[in-house]
Amino acid sequence: MLKELRKKLDARQISSVELTEQYLRAIKEKNKELNAYVRVLEESALEQAKAADNTIASGEVHPLTGIPYALKDNYCVRGIETTACSRILQGYIPPYTASVVKRLRGAVLLGKTNMDEFAMGASTENSCFGPTRNPHDTSRVAGGSSGGSAAAVSADLAAFAFGSDTGGSIRQPASFCGVVGLRPTYGRISRFGVLAMASSMDTMGPFAKSVEDIAILFSEVAGRDTFDSTTTDLPVERYSEILERPLPKFRIGIPKEYVEVEGLNPDVRKVIEDVVDALRKKGHTIVSVSLPHTRYAVPTYYVLVPSEVSSNLARYDGIKYGYRAQDAEDLFSVYCKSRGQGFGAEAKRRIMIGTYTLSAGYYDAYYNKAMKVRTLIRNDFNHAFGEADVLLTPASPDVAFEIGAKSDLLQMYAEDIFTAPGALAGIPGLVVPAGEVNDLPVGIQIMGPQWSETRVLQVGHFIEHLLDR
Amino acid sequence: MRLTREDVKRIAELARLSLSEEELTKYEDELSRILDYVDQLNELDTTTVEATSQVTGIVNQWRGDVVDYEFPREEMLASAIEKQEGHLNVKSIFGRAS
Repeated sequence: MLKELRKKLDARQISSVELTEQYLRAIKEKNKELNAYVRVLEESALEQAKAADNTIASGEVHPLTGIPYALKDNYCVRGIETTACSRILQGYIPPYTASVVKRLRGAVLLGKTNMDEFAMGASTENSCFGPTRNPHDTSRVAGGSSGGSAAAVSADLAAFAFGSDTGGSIRQPASFCGVVGLRPTYGRISRFGVLAMASSMDTMGPFAKSVEDIAILFSEVAGRDTFDSTTTDLPVERYSEILERPLPKFRIGIPKEYVEVEGLNPDVRKVIEDVVDALRKKGHTIVSVSLPHTRYAVPTYYVLVPSEVSSNLARYDGIKYGYRAQDAEDLFSVYCKSRGQGFGAEAKRRIMIGTYTLSAGYYDAYYNKAMKVRTLIRNDFNHAFGEADVLLTPASPDVAFEIGAKSDLLQMYAEDIFTAPGALAGIPGLVVPAGEVNDLPVGIQIMGPQWSETRVLQVGHFIEHLLDR
Repeated sequence: MRLTREDVKRIAELARLSLSEEELTKYEDELSRILDYVDQLNELDTTTVEATSQVTGIVNQWRGDVVDYEFPREEMLASAIEKQEGHLNVKSIFGRAS
């Protein structure tokens, strides 16, 4: 879609202002019900669109000039309220802009999208602004934590959107909403200016309608950033052009532990198997691989992430910005009451687990132990990638569930079964719509070794066309 | 791993979280369940395994010690809750109420 929009804009068949107005109208129509956006920036969007039209007239365009998009509300944009959908950051106006946003040159920001508070959740139900509804069935969740961004793209409320993925928060909503989502290799896209959750696992990534669009977006934002010292200086290609080349014959690995997961809906498994069959018929080799430590990934994740969260969320103290409790008698209670009142339940849970796991006497048994199991999980993937070029798996055990259905917190954690392992290993994961179960979208996850986005995008593009999407 | 109410109080104090009585009860149960759940990591023998603290292998990205950007003070303080003459206003650091 992005290539077509670029052509239309450059040929003046449509102006950026007209395009932006179309999206703003759609938002007015649908957002009340979907709650994808928590903040619509009508005035500034139209200003940006006007500026884009001038740029287009001058001929000096970038791939995204004049194209409207949405940002998850953990991306800081200078001068625009950013809250991570938490009460504790109400009214926070960042004095700087996230690097990813700076690299989306010429694009028009329509607004900020809904998310689970501080990206903690798998359904966007943990937001202080209420849940986002799935455009395919509004009684169901859009997934999380980037549910708003996924829903916005799915419901044509933005041409593309950005979200974040720490344990599956781009991949699972992409699957639930029937859009394409990419979790890049950790270190490929700058984290600067995005409110941190778990610094060793947070990644920033795009949602779009096609793999080609994802490839275009990836080329724009990937690469070394001096503001994020964990980014690599590996060269950034023009990935959308690479997609036009014929696909090499790949060894496609199916991890047997994923297929055997107890909670995996058999109809979802069938969707994945059908894709695998189609690939086999096209001459690709299908191999069964083993990732023996798969079932330890979610527990490992839920030691490491809360630990890092407890550290990253310590800065929200009612002093420099955000919510401050009015009933505090002294400094200590300013901290305690602001945080106690400002944070939601899941945030408090994770902060406390992390405080415990990092505390003296427990660090070895929990945090250090989990870091070692993380090594075992990484080794599983390294071994599997000796036998296969990419791995194909479900993105989620089932289709989108009903709002309120997963009231048990361990049930919610189990949503991450297919996405947490890749996050722990730091490898990329692309989710592409693969079919439907009961008219609800099912996505397929394509994982590759670190830094293998080219391969992962190529396979995703191929699957997309195989399924005639 | 079963946490007691006292455990939760201590953790909440370390984490600077003030919790209501209902919350203390709720979290006593929830945190215990989570810790029980993650205990399964002890099924694995990791005595000879190195810990992974980062996945990129990148170390020590240096840059020159040069200030090349500006953060205007007014903007930095724009979101501050209580300000006075370009500073943040906070309650007294010493003399905590008991």
